Amino acid sequence: MLDRLSHHTLLRHLLLTLVAGAALVALTYGLSPYRSYQLATGAAYLCATAGLTLLVGLSGQLSLGHGALMAVGAYACALTSAELGDAGTTGPLLLLLPLAAAVVVTAAVGGVVGLAGARLHGPYLPELTLTLTIVVPSITTTFADRLGGDQGLSVLVEPAPAGLGATFPLERWQAWIACGAALLTMFLLANLVHSRFGREVRAVRDDEVAARLAGIDVARTKVLVFVVSAATAGLGGGLLAVLTQAVSPGGFSLAFSLFLLMAVVIGGIGRLAGAVWGALLLVVLPDLTTSLADRVGSSPALAERLDGNLSLLVFGVVLIVVTIAFPQGIQGLLSSAAARLPRPSRPGPSPSSPTRSSPSRPTSTSSESIDV
Amino acid sequence: MDRFLFLTVDGLARGATFAAFALALVLIWRGARLVNFSQGAMAAATTYVAYSVTTASGSYWLGLVAAVVAGLVIGAGTERLLMRHVDASQPLNTVIVALGLVLVIQAVLGILYGSEYRPMDVPFSRTPLSIGDQPLLSPYDLFVLGTVVAVMAALGWAFTRTDLGLTMRAAAFAPDMARLLGVDVRRMLTLSWGVAGAVGALAALLIVPTELGAHPHATDLVFVYAFTAAVVGGLDSPVGAVVGGLGVGLVLSYVSGYSGSDISAVVILGVLVAVLLLKPSGLLGHTSARVV
Amino acid sequence: MTAPLLQVRGLTAGYGGAPVLHDVELDVPAGSIVAVVGANGAGKTSLLRALCGTIGVTAGSITWDGSELSGTRTEDLVRRGIAHVPEGRGVITELTVEENLRLGHVWRKDKADGRRATDEVYAMFEPLVRRRGSAGHQLSGGERQMLAIGRALVARPRLLLLDEPSLGLAPKVTAQIMALLRRRCDETGLTVLLVEQNVRSAMSIADHGVVLSLGRVVASDTAERIGADDDLRHAYLGF
Ligand SMILES: Nc1ncnc2c1ncn2[C@@H]1O[C@H](COP(=O)(O)OP(=O)(O)OP(=O)(O)O)[C@@H](O)[C@H]1O
Ligand SMILES: [Mg+2]
Repeated sequence: MLDRLSHHTLLRHLLLTLVAGAALVALTYGLSPYRSYQLATGAAYLCATAGLTLLVGLSGQLSLGHGALMAVGAYACALTSAELGDAGTTGPLLLLLPLAAAVVVTAAVGGVVGLAGARLHGPYLPELTLTLTIVVPSITTTFADRLGGDQGLSVLVEPAPAGLGATFPLERWQAWIACGAALLTMFLLANLVHSRFGREVRAVRDDEVAARLAGIDVARTKVLVFVVSAATAGLGGGLLAVLTQAVSPGGFSLAFSLFLLMAVVIGGIGRLAGAVWGALLLVVLPDLTTSLADRVGSSPALAERLDGNLSLLVFGVVLIVVTIAFPQGIQGLLSSAAARLPRPSRPGPSPSSPTRSSPSRPTSTSSESIDV
Repeated sequence: MDRFLFLTVDGLARGATFAAFALALVLIWRGARLVNFSQGAMAAATTYVAYSVTTASGSYWLGLVAAVVAGLVIGAGTERLLMRHVDASQPLNTVIVALGLVLVIQAVLGILYGSEYRPMDVPFSRTPLSIGDQPLLSPYDLFVLGTVVAVMAALGWAFTRTDLGLTMRAAAFAPDMARLLGVDVRRMLTLSWGVAGAVGALAALLIVPTELGAHPHATDLVFVYAFTAAVVGGLDSPVGAVVGGLGVGLVLSYVSGYSGSDISAVVILGVLVAVLLLKPSGLLGHTSARVV
Repeated sequence: MTAPLLQVRGLTAGYGGAPVLHDVELDVPAGSIVAVVGANGAGKTSLLRALCGTIGVTAGSITWDGSELSGTRTEDLVRRGIAHVPEGRGVITELTVEENLRLGHVWRKDKADGRRATDEVYAMFEPLVRRRGSAGHQLSGGERQMLAIGRALVARPRLLLLDEPSLGLAPKVTAQIMALLRRRCDETGLTVLLVEQNVRSAMSIADHGVVLSLGRVVASDTAERIGADDDLRHAYLGF
């Protein structure tokens, strides 16, 4: 019985992923190259925000260093693609191997940090991960000859496969790559949330002592979540490297890490669907504020100061207001709004309700909302 | 050996400012059980206050007073207007709000002052004085050390000897009991934030002019080092903050002196991880039952 | 007959939604010791908390010296003459004996009298004298209790709310503290609302006794009669 139900969840997630994938492919044909590129960037962010929201919401571990983990992924990707390029590799391997390297290397770094963090409570893990955001850029300057210092590295990327036609825009191809990776991430994470492991993680978050008594290896569970979360951040970073065809430390500042956290908070901590909102905001908000800055800034100097800073300001204010006034975030608000709508055949608390789930649809069952 | 002496003294002078900054974090931690992640950004704002006042008036000292007062106001205001309204039953919330404040402060500073460094003058020479032919401390280093020692002594005296200090400690250690004894715990908390803001402002003003000058991000690194110092010393312990601050200053000084400065952040991370794994409550921290 | 110093009428209070006190009536005449007894969980501590406003009062009135007490902020109680020694004593372990005592009168304008009151406390509880400089966590249980009561007394309250002073103390120490308290009341006109599980020691110094069971007052009489009533003891106090 249980087996069949979980089978069901898997199938539904698979179906949803495929539908979303098809919709996205169709969508890219209607987008300008610039919008396609933005979509790709959003998808790269989504990998990181989905992993981060899982870490913060599901396991209660707060990381301020996911931007730095993305940097690790980006650099791993860049170095691998350079090696492969030197070795004369071409074709899909030149894309897939560097991304795989990004995931593996970042997961390993995440393992080390998670190992140290598994025993920590209170402000110590945030502090440790915060230090990471300082350390990673400083490593790139220390090993400038290998990592390119402040200039960073360029990343070898091939154009869209010839089979797609000569006029196929690179941006659309990039959007496909990034969206594919993001969908894969979401699919895996959604299943993880509803797996036995996901339940164990929640048990650990709620009460470590009780979880231990129930036979759960608390430290191992926490480390594993951190590894998974780091791996997705690494994938996101690798994708960013592929998209921009370059990496430099400047792109992964502390502020960037805070942006990721903000995206997660605004979307709704612990909600995969919220991570989509967050990623969307990360792409859209700077765009909006830039055009706003152009309009308000009477002089070019003022416009330059407003540019960037205005989005920082908006992000900060939103972060504060959301935390104080709407701690469940956008997805939480949507869920409660959906719950208030009269639904003719709303299933009661039946045995099947714990598995009613979908990462990208507002739902109202409490098992779905993994609020902190 | 001479070099070692020089690096030691230099490390102590830098460490003194980390210690003061760490102390600001400890003050708030003891009162509110939260780490003020916006301490660095607040201090960055106060260095701009000092910069503006000094530029307008020509007086370093006026700028210094203005910065400290601004730190007091920003700290107390943050508690009154912001932190008080956060649902603190989830520790995550206070951290996130503080981080939001970091973004807001840095954005406002960027909009007001732009993102170029504003060099700031110091009131004393920064050329090291020599003893024999061994260069040691500069007059400015002496000023820094003297100021920090004076502030620590004043705070130590205020907390142990005055009625206000006693009520502040009581409010921090045992808020419920303090309330029954007539202590306005909320006001004490606001005051703690104010004092922390002022101490942080002073620490930032001592260190920022020795680097590139006022900048929205000028205190980011100072904050991380001071946080590390506070964790190493034990977040509960003011003495630990001082020891941790001096320790971090020394480590940074030796590392940059003997190896080239770029790996100091890595070394600090190593120290932090080692302390967290070996003694998570910090070297001088304790986890005693609070009220019996 | 004059109105009691503290008068509780129809008090209903509790944690969150659920009330744990129901319709409690209580009179505490000035200068007397009133003892409230009851089994574990009867609501004794909750009664004192309701008086102090640390738990929610949903109905009833608390009249203190002729005016309504509820609505007073907890931190203002001591200024209105009510000192509370909570369950578990509330000694601040990080502070020394001297500092704990200083905290008791730190809000008072009359510093000289605060010092005088402190000296009186040292005279009353002599064991504290040698411990002046010790931190709270170094004290024995009895010393802590003395310190907690002493810290309340230096505020020169008119009413002392005392929650289970006998908890964890040897009978001899309890008796000693009770006797000192009784003497203090007789000498200074202090009023005490004492909450106890230890019926015998409570009734030995009290003027009036109140029995609480499941949040309701089930008996209220002179201390002597409450102490002698075996049926009551069997029914509500479990021995
Ligand atoms: N913080 C709390 N939250 C919810 N319920 C509480 C709380 N404290 C006490 N209660 C409940 O209120 C009731 C009365 O408790 P109270 O502490 O007043 O009893 P008591 O008479 O002081 O007992 P004891 O002799 O054990 O100290 C009990 O049923 C208890 O479970
Ligand atoms: Mg009790």
